Amino acid sequence: MMTTAAIQTMQALPQSVDYIRILPEIVLSIFGMIIMLLDPVMDQRRSQRTLGGIALLGAIAGLAATLYQAQPRFWGLGFFEMVKLDAFSVFFHFVVTAVTILVILSSYEYMEVQRIRAGEYYALILFGSVGMALMSSAMELVLIFIALEISSISTYILAGFRRQSAISSESSVKYFLLGSFATAFFLYGVALMFGATGSTSIVRISAALGEYAGTGHGPLLAYLGVALMFVGLGFKVAAAPFHVWTPDVYEGAPSPVVGFMSTAPKAAVFAVLLRIIFEAHAPGGPWLIWVAAALSMTIGNVAALVQDNVKRLLAYSSIAHAGYLLIAFASLPANGIPAAMFYTASYAAMNVGAFAVIGHFAGAGERFVTLEDYAGLGKRSPVLAAILTIFLLSLIGIPITGGFFAKFYVFSAALQGSHPLVGLVIIGVLNSAVAAYYYLRIIVVMYMREPREEEAPVAPISTGLGFALGLSLAATIFLGVYPNPVLKYAALSVGLLH
Amino acid sequence: MNWLDNNILTLVTFAPAVGGLLLLFFPRRDRDIRVFALVISLLTFVLSLHLPAHFNRGLAGFQFDKDVSWISTPNIHYHMGMDGVSLWLVVLTTFLTPLCVLISWNSIHDRVKEFFILLLVLETSLIGVFVSLDLFLFYFFWEATLIPMALLIGVYGHGRRVYAAVKFFLYTMIASVFMLAAILWLYAKTGSFDFVVVQNAIHSGGIPEFSGRVPLMLFLGFFIAFAVKVPLFPFHTWLPDAHVEAPTAGSVLLAGVLLKMGTYGMLRFNLGLFPVQSRVNASWIVVLALIGIVYGALVAMVQPNMKKLIAYSSISHLGFVVLGIFSFTQAGLNGAMFIMLAHGISTGGLFMLAGIIYERRHTYEISEFGGLATPMPKYATFFLFIVLASVGLPLLNGFVGEFLALSGAFQAKMWWGVVGATGVIWSACYLLWMYQRVFFGTVKHSENNSLPDLQLRERVALWPTAIMALAMGVAPLLWLNTIDPAVHNVLVPFTQFASKMVGQ
Repeated sequence: MMTTAAIQTMQALPQSVDYIRILPEIVLSIFGMIIMLLDPVMDQRRSQRTLGGIALLGAIAGLAATLYQAQPRFWGLGFFEMVKLDAFSVFFHFVVTAVTILVILSSYEYMEVQRIRAGEYYALILFGSVGMALMSSAMELVLIFIALEISSISTYILAGFRRQSAISSESSVKYFLLGSFATAFFLYGVALMFGATGSTSIVRISAALGEYAGTGHGPLLAYLGVALMFVGLGFKVAAAPFHVWTPDVYEGAPSPVVGFMSTAPKAAVFAVLLRIIFEAHAPGGPWLIWVAAALSMTIGNVAALVQDNVKRLLAYSSIAHAGYLLIAFASLPANGIPAAMFYTASYAAMNVGAFAVIGHFAGAGERFVTLEDYAGLGKRSPVLAAILTIFLLSLIGIPITGGFFAKFYVFSAALQGSHPLVGLVIIGVLNSAVAAYYYLRIIVVMYMREPREEEAPVAPISTGLGFALGLSLAATIFLGVYPNPVLKYAALSVGLLH
Repeated sequence: MNWLDNNILTLVTFAPAVGGLLLLFFPRRDRDIRVFALVISLLTFVLSLHLPAHFNRGLAGFQFDKDVSWISTPNIHYHMGMDGVSLWLVVLTTFLTPLCVLISWNSIHDRVKEFFILLLVLETSLIGVFVSLDLFLFYFFWEATLIPMALLIGVYGHGRRVYAAVKFFLYTMIASVFMLAAILWLYAKTGSFDFVVVQNAIHSGGIPEFSGRVPLMLFLGFFIAFAVKVPLFPFHTWLPDAHVEAPTAGSVLLAGVLLKMGTYGMLRFNLGLFPVQSRVNASWIVVLALIGIVYGALVAMVQPNMKKLIAYSSISHLGFVVLGIFSFTQAGLNGAMFIMLAHGISTGGLFMLAGIIYERRHTYEISEFGGLATPMPKYATFFLFIVLASVGLPLLNGFVGEFLALSGAFQAKMWWGVVGATGVIWSACYLLWMYQRVFFGTVKHSENNSLPDLQLRERVALWPTAIMALAMGVAPLLWLNTIDPAVHNVLVPFTQFASKMVGQ
């Protein structure tokens, strides 16, 4: 007969398969640490390429680890119900590591042009992606909090990486202060949720709140907890009314970093939101989300209309896109979950690409970032202008780009079921029409304005950037021409979460 | 041959775009690029001749059908096919594009490669619009025409090109959002984007929600998108701006083909999907068309700018097409179809002629000319021929269509025909008066004395339009015998509808 003590020791040791369940996180952390160790002992001038190369290798290894763990035989809860590997987390691991690869590829050239010492830059990107990957598989609110902090702290530092520039430091400090404030809200929400259900494990919370599912009622504390957690997470995805930091931070941060933090952490936080809203049966979600979605779309698009700085313009556009995405969260899970997942993937592809182009155009010190500077780019650099045009068309949502199907799935998910969100969809469609105007403004300026006389010539595209652009372009078009495989994979999560 | 029949539409549609893609990798030697673009567009034209050659005139349904599943959620098919309505519009597109390449030979010197890429991509999307039988595919090609056209206007146009391009883009884009909404509604209720499936579901009453105000909203959703494109009064204000600022090739395709997307859409989708609503709303639509005919003509008469005059004449001519379509008579619809083709040829020709004089004088102002027949006799001859075709002189192409459309209008309602018929007179007034001011009398401006007459390349571009104008006027049956069964097919629900009304 086995003693209870023996059983307890067995339970205290995680199974070996558990390590496969967090394999990408492990791989990314190891590579991040290697970079940190090598950085001080390497010659400064040579370290740029080497460290970047190691980071790229690490991110590719992370992607490979994701593909390895994608085999269903590894799926399940691990580490005492702390993490869960399933189609859902594999999907987001894939998005996060893929974005990391693209960002590292587009950073090479950027770092050299800006004369930024690489050093911990690449390590921070890898550490950040560890946090983001962990967020999508974490099943424990406290672990989610830790993962959120790992990802946030990395991005706080990355935002201020253009150290010579005042606005970059401003961006970093602002992001840090407001971000910490928002995480505090999230933590408070976790505490209240613990008070309501007696647990911080999503499995237990789901069981406790499951009784109320469908009744429209729930413990008051749970309502408050969800609301506070939503404040914290809403901040991270730049959803209105918690969006105020976005334009300043995006304007100051280095462009590849903006490409990174507007996509990968957002995808991860949306994953957390999906877990909390659908898997934990959190009450009161739809209303909060309805309001936040409508506000984000409207504020983002209207404010973007009057921007002259392209980075600020895309910052407001990312607020608007968070709004479109939130529509899916207010929809029925069967359609809403895959729609939201598809949206994060396609938004990641087009936005990373767009910011890679912007980073290249910006030149040393990010001097050329206003709309004026883009005059005549169609002539000065036809290839890059054409690529940026495709990304912008995708952001508008023109067919055969990923952006079209992303919007299509979200809107059609919202219209399913017995209580279609007609109002929200109308707001969304009107907003898409408004949005077309400011994206087109960039295209018009690029092609139809004559370049200014003193304009510096655009540097040729480096290999790394070329790869980054090629891959994100391919992904954007692929999602627009053949969205089925991705949508089908995302649809696997419906049963798992619900 | 069977393989070719199955895939001919795909080949014709995408041949220009593939050519454009190849151009992307061409070195920037402008001459080679022009020659290659010409070869590709001629090749497409030759390919497209397979269509009328192998088109079965006896069949009323869609031919050269190609239907493969493309995306399963949403259920989108790559479904292409054509009937007698779309057949000639495709051939018109492939016929005009080589002429556009020829006419742009010397007038475009800057960013030549991009210009021809845009032109070829535009050709692909135009053909795609006419052959798509999947509503989603149709919408995609519809929107896809916007981008190259707006860029052609905005990058290669004249003075206020950016304003014109943005106006053109926004007008059409916003209007087509309504069509997208209607398409999505239909998809939500039928689970299919397939034109034939949706049509059957509506006609058999298979959609329970298709009642009350819904059919009207859907009808209007499609109609607004098409009315802006035609353009129907009062949605026409983008057209003069776009035409005046566009480069010649842009104008030719804009007037020759793009506007027909609107009337084609009305015929295919408004009449095809919503016969009841078409009939109910015909009265005000025809009134708008009549206003367009008369108003367009009157405004054309007072234009000091040659290109703007031709642009307003398009509004007037397209009014005849809408009048013919909404007369719901065999003659009216045949006439409408015939005007679409004839107008494409003759207005295309007029814009080419205007472009030729612009290359020499860099102005379109009529007052800058006068007496041009003396230095440029060949040019004057071609111009007169095309003007007469456009005016509707019997034995030239303009006459047949207008005659049929008006006789259809007379059958439907007497006063429609009466008001419409004045348009014929107006068009004679403004075109012939313009011709007189430009070509007759003595040369007023000394710089016009030394204007060179047509070169070989320009004559090569103009001869086909002149020949076609004559051929279509002399032997209209060559075209009408394919148009007629297709139109008859469109009208079947209307005759049933009419007999039901009589039965009551």
